[in-house]
Amino acid sequence: MTSRVRVRNWHPPGHIRTPAYLRGKTGTIERKLGPFPNPEQGAYGLAAKNLALYRVRFTMRDIWGDTAEAPGDTLEAEIYAHWLEPAD
Amino acid sequence: MPHDHHDHHTPPRPDNDEPLTYWQTMEIAVRELLVEKGVTTPEEIAGAIDRMDARSPTDGARVIARAWTDPDFKVRLLTDASAACREMGFDIGPMHLIALENRPGLHNVVVCTLCSCYPRYLIGPPPDWYKTRAYRSRTVREPRSVLAEFGLTLPEGIELRVHDSTADMRYIVLPERPAGTDDMTEDALAALVTRDSMIGTGLPRQPG
Repeated sequence: MTSRVRVRNWHPPGHIRTPAYLRGKTGTIERKLGPFPNPEQGAYGLAAKNLALYRVRFTMRDIWGDTAEAPGDTLEAEIYAHWLEPAD
Repeated sequence: MPHDHHDHHTPPRPDNDEPLTYWQTMEIAVRELLVEKGVTTPEEIAGAIDRMDARSPTDGARVIARAWTDPDFKVRLLTDASAACREMGFDIGPMHLIALENRPGLHNVVVCTLCSCYPRYLIGPPPDWYKTRAYRSRTVREPRSVLAEFGLTLPEGIELRVHDSTADMRYIVLPERPAGTDDMTEDALAALVTRDSMIGTGLPRQPG
């Protein structure tokens, strides 16, 4: 995984742990965690595949554009590997 | 003149005699079945609730105070916060904890926009406001305004970092040790650490 990543702009139904406000946004990997069982499968009692989990750092400008309250502030969230694509 | 007369007209709290919700009914049904089948007992369930309720911010405060007084422990806390808490004897269950260090120029605050993930295994149940839609949505959109409402106005030169607890990790903020506390013992320092200072919506108390 490259260090610049984009959160996929998917909108599937069901139990998702990727917040809507981060979909389609580009950030930088802060650290790799896991593996953890995929909650999108586990939530339905299915056999959950182990996935890497990444902490991704965004600037508030990355997320909210120029209307951000303080564009240089940052936000970190945990995003599962299958939601990320290289942004370089 | 002393004001010694109080009206006692506080409205009573409404009884919770609305019909059960779907999930409340489901919880009762599953619990009764588990008891009936001998998988667990009411005593075991009550004991588990007691143990969760006994957890409080004072446990987290002891971890913070240790990090303020023991540089090696602080390194271990920032490397693997779960292991550091267990090393101090806290039973934090299966929790995966990350400690976020405040330092000059950087302030951290924690939110869970998806639900109400919180390090309850270390510092007990979250405050009610932590679970509100207002806190959860505004803290990622206008966190400085939210902090200002808590009485914490961050100067422009300080980076604010919001941590959205979206998946498996839980977070605790390691606040900066207040100035003027060089002579204080670890126990006295722990008394300065507030719940909100570990969420990031506040700072530790000042000594004295």
